[in-house]
Amino acid sequence: MEISTTNAGEKEYLRFSRLNRTLHVFMIVSFISLALTGMTLKFSYTGWAVVLSRFFGGFETAGFIHRFAAVIMFGIFFTHLYDLIRRRRTEFGTWKNLIFGPNSMLPNKKDFHDFIGNMKWFLGRGPRPKYGRWTYWEKFDYLAVFWGMFAIGSTGLMLWFPEIFTLVFPGWLINVATIIHSDEALLATGFIFTVHFFNTHLRPEKFPMDIVIFTGRMTLEEFKHDKPAEYEALVKNGALEKYLVEPYQPIVIRAVRIFGWIALEIGFSITIWIIYAMIFAYR
Amino acid sequence: MMLHNMAYLRIVLISFIIAFSGFADSAAQENSDCFGCHSDKGLKGTHRSKTISVFVDEKKFSDAIHGSLTCISCHTDLEGKEFPHDDDLQTVNCGVCHSLEQEFHEKSLHGKALVKGDPLAPRCYDCHGKHDILSAKNPNSPIAPLKVPFLCGKCHQEGASVQKQRTIHQDHIIENYSESIHGQGLLKKGLIVAPNCASCHTAHSILPHTDPASSISRENIAATCAMCHAEIEAVHRKVIKGELWEKQEHILPACVDCHQPHKVRKVFYDQGMADKDCMRCHDKTEIKSSKDNRSLYIKYTDLKLSRHLNISCSQCHSEVNASHVRPCDSITKKVDCASCHAEVGTQYLKSTHGQYFAKNDPNAPTCKECHGMHGVLGKTDPKSPTFPTIVPSLCARCHREGQKAAVRYTGSQHEIIEHYTESIHGKGLMKSGLTVTAMCTNCHTAHSVLPHADSASSINTKNIPATCGKCHHGIEEQFEQSIHAKLVGETEKQLPVCADCHSAHTIRRADEDGFKIDIMQKCGRCHEDIAKTYFDTYHGKVSQLGYTKTAKCYDCHGAHDILPMSDPKSHLSRENVVGTCQKCHPGATRRFAGYLTHATHHDPDKYPFLFWTFWGMTALLIGTFVIGGIHTLLWLPRALKMQHQLKAAAKKKVETTIKKLIKDKENDGNINN
Repeated sequence: MEISTTNAGEKEYLRFSRLNRTLHVFMIVSFISLALTGMTLKFSYTGWAVVLSRFFGGFETAGFIHRFAAVIMFGIFFTHLYDLIRRRRTEFGTWKNLIFGPNSMLPNKKDFHDFIGNMKWFLGRGPRPKYGRWTYWEKFDYLAVFWGMFAIGSTGLMLWFPEIFTLVFPGWLINVATIIHSDEALLATGFIFTVHFFNTHLRPEKFPMDIVIFTGRMTLEEFKHDKPAEYEALVKNGALEKYLVEPYQPIVIRAVRIFGWIALEIGFSITIWIIYAMIFAYR
Repeated sequence: MMLHNMAYLRIVLISFIIAFSGFADSAAQENSDCFGCHSDKGLKGTHRSKTISVFVDEKKFSDAIHGSLTCISCHTDLEGKEFPHDDDLQTVNCGVCHSLEQEFHEKSLHGKALVKGDPLAPRCYDCHGKHDILSAKNPNSPIAPLKVPFLCGKCHQEGASVQKQRTIHQDHIIENYSESIHGQGLLKKGLIVAPNCASCHTAHSILPHTDPASSISRENIAATCAMCHAEIEAVHRKVIKGELWEKQEHILPACVDCHQPHKVRKVFYDQGMADKDCMRCHDKTEIKSSKDNRSLYIKYTDLKLSRHLNISCSQCHSEVNASHVRPCDSITKKVDCASCHAEVGTQYLKSTHGQYFAKNDPNAPTCKECHGMHGVLGKTDPKSPTFPTIVPSLCARCHREGQKAAVRYTGSQHEIIEHYTESIHGKGLMKSGLTVTAMCTNCHTAHSVLPHADSASSINTKNIPATCGKCHHGIEEQFEQSIHAKLVGETEKQLPVCADCHSAHTIRRADEDGFKIDIMQKCGRCHEDIAKTYFDTYHGKVSQLGYTKTAKCYDCHGAHDILPMSDPKSHLSRENVVGTCQKCHPGATRRFAGYLTHATHHDPDKYPFLFWTFWGMTALLIGTFVIGGIHTLLWLPRALKMQHQLKAAAKKKVETTIKKLIKDKENDGNINN
């Protein structure tokens, strides 16, 4: 992409911290592992599920991978929570700033206005809103993880340890947990592999992928265009310089793109398999 | 009985005569009157113009059995006659008193010869004597058991007139008899119960063996021998069982076929001693049938190595006639194995094989098809075609795909032999060499082979549990107690038996993964809904992926001992269900057992929680995707347009930069200039 091509030596804006980037890579790996192994079970009546299950070394191994990936996912989740608490102290100062400040991950009034503005823009009735550090769809994706962790994580634990849960809960709750776990997982994978993929990677100005989540860096030009409100705020308080870093070597970029491609391809494949199972083999 | 009656009659008659003789005393002649003359040893008289001695030993007479009778009781023509009476008395008619004996004698060979005027024909007195008749019980009597052979021998010994001048088929009768076990018993051991001539030929009803009424005819010989050898049937069980001897006397050998008359030896009868007569011809390799040119050569060693080593040719080829030059020319029928193997023969005729045989179907297998002929071996002999490991290939001769039985077969079983070979039974038999493993005849029986539709068939649905239970007895016991067996007669639905789950010829090990996966489809054939809902739950989904360590139908319901949950003995009864779960989930509790193993989220009445959870989740899913989808679709055209504008702007920027650079360069040049 010409517009994101950096002139050598020109500094880039650092959007994501090293920890966040690492967590996202782990997130991709664990999420895809969970999706692949979980879907084989959900759609066990299809041929691809049987083949895939065998590819994973049989159901037993697939089950092990699923639980291993789940543990990683929990690890990511709690690491992130720990990171938030740490950054509350180092970066935000107060809980109020973390939750209600301009860089908060929680929806606020601006997000509502941005959404309305975006709708107008979509329909050609207004200009493109000036997005801040986190757009409302990015916040949606982020918060969906919390909902997913609750919905899928808790039910997953119930299915993992039914004997412990039924010490307290009735047996049929396991059946309920199965439905929630499976359908919420379908929602999560379906959403990530279509809406998230489009919003983040496939929309024309980012096509085929936005590697900022891996490199953490974006050109100033891109930054200016993508997050105008944040850029302006940084320029205004003169803090932009603080976030400017050297770009990565081309070989790193190539490695990142290969990883991205693999993740995208698997995501698309899973989407196709799900659609196939839902339409042609549903029961 | 007859003898008893006769004895009784005789006693009555004698007592009458004695009683009346008392009255007659005063009136007619006393015996003393007769002895007045006849005690004279020199007294002569004429009889049929021959001069004979008419001396009667009074002592002997009075000692004899008729000693208490008067002379005129027998010499009836002298009654009331004055002395000295006329010569040439009539022959005494013993039949006056001994009417039965008289009758028998008249019908007998001896009696008929007498009527014909044969001078050699014996009369009563030739055997019994005249005035000195003694009871057969008296050892001095010529008809005492010990004397009978000598009595008969008078005429029938070698060189005697009868033997020389009349047609008697047997030779050396007395010699042979005296050397036989009977003769030795009687003559050497003095066993008077040992049979003498009259024991077999009777005393008075002596008839040729060709006469059906004769005691030694083929029809009667068995009964005759059995008078002494009452328990002989136990020894000859196979031959005689079911009175075949009497019923099929033409097929079965009579006693004398094996135990020649008069020569009966003490030694055990040397079976097959007549075989050498057969082998005189059949030992020749070139001997052929004149009818169809097939070889009639018999390798005698085959027979001697066979199961029938102690069976002689004629026992199977029973129509041979020893009196023919070619004893076998009287044979009209093929060997009927059923004459000995009667039970098996009956089974065979009822079987499909036998039914075809009865219809003269050329494809019908007969005994020899499976068992061979002269070299027949027992099923325990590894070389026998009926040895367990060989049976599958034996049946395969006709039942392998493309062979004569297989092409006629219209049922559902195909590639039977191949499937069987791959089955657990086939592998056990052929690969592991376990001869107790089930093979064709274990299930289909050897001789009662019938199609499964036949209710008498061992593989008929109602008989299959018993058939399998012959080996899998413990399983059968369980099965008989299960709901599948108990419902028999109570439901019209077709209930499963062994083969419905395990198949017929493709039976696999039950601990094989393929079987474990397949079994769910098997249960699902009848339990459609319950199987479908099973596949909606974790256990079912996992098993669909080919994982067998998860709960399958039989893990919870039991395999052969399936019972309804209401039955306390059921694996799923309130008492047992937790334990059943604990087989896989050691920490299972009663609450745990509340897991719905056949739950479906499609039934709002039965499972409202699941139904509403499912639809709640589905609504969330659809809602999210609709909003996300619309958002994306609206975004796309705008994003494309923006991309276009950005590109144009970038191009313009590049152009401006280039223009600026050129301009700068020009300016530099100008400055330089």
